[in-house]
Amino acid sequence: MNLLTISGSPHVHGDSSVKKIMYGVVIAMIPALIVSIYFFGIGAVKVILISVIACLFFEWAIQKFLIKGKSTIGDGSALITGVLLAFNVPSNLPIGIIIIGAFVSIAIAKMSFGGLGKNPFNPALVGRVFLLVSFPVLMTSWPIPKPLFSSFVTDAITGPTPLGIVKEGLKSGETVSHLMAQLPTYTEGIIGGIGGSLGEVSVIALLIGAIYMLIKKIITWEIPTAFLGSVIIFTGVLYLINPEMYISPIFHLVTGGLALGVFFMATDMVTSPMSSKGMLIFGLGAGVITVIIRVWGAYPEGVSFAILIMNAFVPLINKGFKPKRFGTVN
Amino acid sequence: MNDVIIFSFISLSAIGIAAAVILYFIAQKFKVIEDPKIDLVADALPGANCGGCGFPGCRNFAEACVKTGKNQGNIDGLNCPVGGGETMSSVAAILGFEVTEADPLIAVVRCSGTKTNAPKKVNYDGPETCSFAHSLSSGESGCPYGCLGLGDCVKACAFDAIFINDETGLPEVNEKCVACGACVDACPRNIIELRKKGKKDRRIFVSCINKEKGAPAKKNCAVACIGCGKCVKTCPFEAITLENNLAYIDFEKCKLCRKCVEVCPTNAIHELNFPPRKPKPEKAVSENKPEPKTIADKTETEAKVLKINKEGN
Amino acid sequence: MKTFKLGGVHPAENKLSESQPIEILQLPKKVFIPLAQNLGAPSVAVVKRGDEVKVGQLIAKAEAFICSNVHSSVSGKVTKIDNFITQTGYKTSTIHIDVAGDIWDESIDTSPEIKHEIKLSKDEIVQKIKEMGIVGMGGAAFPTHVKLMPPPGKKAEFLIINGVECEPYLTSDHRIMLEKSEELLIGVSVLMKGLDVKKALIGIENNKTDAIRILSELAVQYDGISVYPLKIKYPQGGEKQLIKALVNREVPSGKLPIEVGCVVNNVGTAFAVYEAVQKNKPLIERVVSVTGKTLAKPSNLLVRVGTQISELIDKAGGIPQGTGKVVGGGPMMGKALVSIEAPIVKGSSGILVFDEKEEKRLEPQNCIRCARCITACPMGLEPVLLAQYSENEMFDLAEENSIMDCMECGSCHYTCPANRPLLDYIRVGKNKVGQIIRNRGKA
Repeated sequence: MNLLTISGSPHVHGDSSVKKIMYGVVIAMIPALIVSIYFFGIGAVKVILISVIACLFFEWAIQKFLIKGKSTIGDGSALITGVLLAFNVPSNLPIGIIIIGAFVSIAIAKMSFGGLGKNPFNPALVGRVFLLVSFPVLMTSWPIPKPLFSSFVTDAITGPTPLGIVKEGLKSGETVSHLMAQLPTYTEGIIGGIGGSLGEVSVIALLIGAIYMLIKKIITWEIPTAFLGSVIIFTGVLYLINPEMYISPIFHLVTGGLALGVFFMATDMVTSPMSSKGMLIFGLGAGVITVIIRVWGAYPEGVSFAILIMNAFVPLINKGFKPKRFGTVN
Repeated sequence: MNDVIIFSFISLSAIGIAAAVILYFIAQKFKVIEDPKIDLVADALPGANCGGCGFPGCRNFAEACVKTGKNQGNIDGLNCPVGGGETMSSVAAILGFEVTEADPLIAVVRCSGTKTNAPKKVNYDGPETCSFAHSLSSGESGCPYGCLGLGDCVKACAFDAIFINDETGLPEVNEKCVACGACVDACPRNIIELRKKGKKDRRIFVSCINKEKGAPAKKNCAVACIGCGKCVKTCPFEAITLENNLAYIDFEKCKLCRKCVEVCPTNAIHELNFPPRKPKPEKAVSENKPEPKTIADKTETEAKVLKINKEGN
Repeated sequence: MKTFKLGGVHPAENKLSESQPIEILQLPKKVFIPLAQNLGAPSVAVVKRGDEVKVGQLIAKAEAFICSNVHSSVSGKVTKIDNFITQTGYKTSTIHIDVAGDIWDESIDTSPEIKHEIKLSKDEIVQKIKEMGIVGMGGAAFPTHVKLMPPPGKKAEFLIINGVECEPYLTSDHRIMLEKSEELLIGVSVLMKGLDVKKALIGIENNKTDAIRILSELAVQYDGISVYPLKIKYPQGGEKQLIKALVNREVPSGKLPIEVGCVVNNVGTAFAVYEAVQKNKPLIERVVSVTGKTLAKPSNLLVRVGTQISELIDKAGGIPQGTGKVVGGGPMMGKALVSIEAPIVKGSSGILVFDEKEEKRLEPQNCIRCARCITACPMGLEPVLLAQYSENEMFDLAEENSIMDCMECGSCHYTCPANRPLLDYIRVGKNKVGQIIRNRGKA
C-alpha cells in the first residue's frame, strides 16, 4: 500500500476552476465577435488577432523573464483582455497602436501588480483609456459599419459615433429633436450597425453573451442591474426635465459601449466588489458617473472612465459593505 | 529694480524673524521634558526594532532602561539580545551602573528527525505552515514531538538566522542568530530552545524532545531519546536530568566534557564545533553502526555553514 | 420545501452505499477503546490491566461536566492501557481489550422486541442517558445529557432531529431511518420527555424520499412528531442551518441553539437513546458507512466501538490498490486518517476511501476575487479575507471579521475556482484567535 495522504477537510472539490470561468467569458464574447466581424470585415479580424496575440505574448514574456514563474497564459485571462481590448478600439486602428494598448493592458495594468487577481483596475479598460488619451484622433474616428460582402472598403469611410453627434450638436446649440434625424434608429442600435468600437456594434449580441454568463453563474445580477438601472433612472429624470436638452434613456442604453461595459467589464470579478451590497453600490456609482460624463463631460462616452473610477473605490466598498453575518440583525 | 530686491529682502527677512520668534515661544510652551539619557541609550542600541527584548522597539526599551534605572538603581532583567553584553554594558555605562555580562544565547533546534532518521509514514498535503500541520496530526514522520519542517520558525526570524536544510528537512540556525526568541514562540511544538552559545560555539544538547516511552519513540525515529538514563549516570556534573522518558542537559551546569555523547545509544545527544576525537580502540565497534556517521556529518555541515557565514560577513 | 437561506453548496452526492442494508460486522479479536471519545474532557479509566470485562461494563468514567462514560464493547481481558493511534492523528490513551467470547452484562435487554412504553421520568431519562455514555452520533460527539440540561432560565421549545445527512457519501443515518424507524421514533419521544418539549421536528433532505415516506407514515402514531422534507443543500446538517431551515430562527453569533429554544439531535443519537433508555444498553456499537468509489463493496456496518478501521475496510472488500487517502467522517468535514489501524469511536459516522487521483489537491492559483466563497459561506463570512488575515497573522482583523463563527463546513474551499486552501488557513486563524481570546479571559 502506498503512503496515505493527510490534509484538512474538505476532501472533495467542486468542478469550478479559474480556467472554466475565463473560457466561459470567452465563449460569451463569441456572438459579439461574430457580429463585429460581420460589420467591420477584415479590419475587425486584424484588430482582434493582433490584440489577442500581443496580450498573450506580453503575459508569457513577463511571466517567463521578469517574474520567472509558471506560465499563466493558459488560464485564459490574457485572452479575455485581448478580445476586450479589441472590442474597445475602432477597426481601422494601426497595428503599432494596438500593440501599445496590449502592452499597457497586460504589462502595466496587470502584471506589474502581480498578475491575475491582483490588479486593481480592469486591464483592457486601462489599455483603452491610455490609447484614448494618447491618440484621441485615431481612437475616435470610426469606420462606418457596413455589412460584410456589401463593401470591402469600409476603412475609407469614417464618421462620428451617435454619442459624438449628440454631444457636438447639443454643444453648438441644436435641440435633440433636430439631431434625431442624423441618428441611427434604436432598432439599428439593438441589432447592430452603429458606428463605434468593434464590440459596441450590437447590443443584442452582447446581451446573448451576458445571458450565457448569468446562466453559467460567471457573473451575478447585481452589477448589471444596478448599473443599467441607475443609467435609466438618471437619464430618464433628465429627459423628463427637458426632452429637448437631454436625449432619451433608450438612446443611452443602445448606443456606445454601455452594454459592453456593463456586462463584460464592470462585472470583471477581480476589479469589482465582493459582497452583494457592494456590487449594487458599485453598479450604481458607475451608472451615475457614466451619465455625468456623457451629458456634461468633455468626452462623448463615459463608460470606461466610470468603471475605472469605481474600480478605484472597490477596496473601500469591500471594507464598508460586509455580507450579512448569520445570527446578526441588520 | 533695486527697490524690488531690497523690499523683498526686507519683507522676507521680517517674516522669517517673526516666524522664528513665534516658533521659539511655542516650542518653549509645549516643550516635552524628556530625560536626555533616553536618547543616549537609544543611540547605543542596535536600532533593529526586533522586539527581542520584549518591548515594541528600541526606543521603548531605552525608556524602560532609564525608568527602571531610576526606580531600582540597576537595570537587571533588561537585556538586549541582539546587542548582547557589549551593548548592555555601554547602556549601563551611560546610566552609571555596572552590568554583569550575560552569557550570549543561541537558538538550538532539538530534533534530528531527518528524512532518513524518521522516514515518512504519511504524505502531508496542505499549506506550508507548521501550526496547521500540527493541528492536523502528529506529522509525516509519525513522531508527535518532532519537527514538521514547514518553516514557521523561518518565517518568524527577522535576522535570516534560521533556514530549512532541504536535505534533512530540518531547520538549522546560523551565526546571525541573536537569540531574540521569535522562533521559539513560533514553533507549535516547542522544539527550539535558547541555550548558552558556549565557548568557541561549542554546545552539547539532547537533540530530541520526545516524551514517549523508548519503544514507540524509537519506532518513529532512529535517533530519538529513549530515556535510558545512561547519560544521567555518566555525567560527572549532574547536569543531566531525566523526566518523562526524556533526558535534558542543563546548559548552566554542563562543562562540555562530551562523556554523555559517547554513551548515548541512539546518538540523540549532539556535540557541535568540537575538534574530532582522538581515535579510540572502540572505534571498530562504532563503525558497525551507521548513526555516528550522520552525527559527524551534521557537525561538519553545521561547521561549514558557520564558516560560510563568517566568510560572508 | 424548506431550506436555509444564506450560502451553501451542492456537492455531488455519491451515496454509493444507500441501498445496502445494515450488516453486523464479525467480532474483532482486539479492540482499542480511546478514553477521549467526546467533545470536552477525556474520561478516566476505572479498569486496570488484567481485568476481565463484559459487554456493556463501565470501563471509563466521566469526571467532568462535558464528558461521557465509556463502556466495554466486547467481553474479554484488558491487556493494557496505553497510547494508541486514534482518528485525531495523535496517539491518545486507549484501553486495549483482547476479545474472548461475547458475554453481555445481565442488565442489558438483548431481546429483539420493541419496547414502546416509556416508564422513566424526565430526570431519570437524563440520568440514564448520562450513565449510558450517549454522545452526538453525527460526528462532533457532544455529550447528549448536557444538551438535555438547558442552563437555568432557558427553556427548550422544539426538539429538532437531524436526519439531513448532507455530507456526500455517508448513508448510515439514512439506513437507521429506514431499518430502525420505529425505535428511532420512540427514541425521539424519550428525548422529548427528557427535554419536556411538546414538539419534535425531523428534518430529512429530499434525496431520501423512502425515509421521509416511512417516517411520515409512522410519525402519525406519535404525539408531536412531524417530518419535514428539506431541499438538498450542504451544510443543512449544521445545527444552526437546520434550525433556520425548520423553524426560521437564527442562533445568535457565539451562542448555542438553546438560545432560540431549540435542541438538535441526530437520528443516530435518537436511536442510541432508545436503546439506552428502553433497553438499558450503553453506547457500544454504531452504524458506520464504509464507502468510496474504488471499494469493492460499499456497505453500512454495525460495528463495536474500538474496532480497528482496517477490519471494516476488509469487510467492504479490502483496501483497493492505489488508495491515497482514508477519511474518518464525510468528505466535507471528515478528518484524513494517519493510519487505518485507528479504532472506530462513538462519533465515527463513516469511513471513506479515496483513490490517489481523487484525493489529489489541485495546485492553488491566485485568488481572482470572484467572491464565490462569500456566496457559499453559510455563516455570511468572508472566507477569502479570513484566510488572508490568518496567513499574514493579522489576527485582530480576523477576530473583528467574526472568524470564530466559522463552523469549518468547507463550502469555501469546495467552491474556490482557484483551489485555494481557504479553510486550512481559517483553521490556523481560529486556533490563534481562540488562544488570544482565552488569554484575554485570564488577564
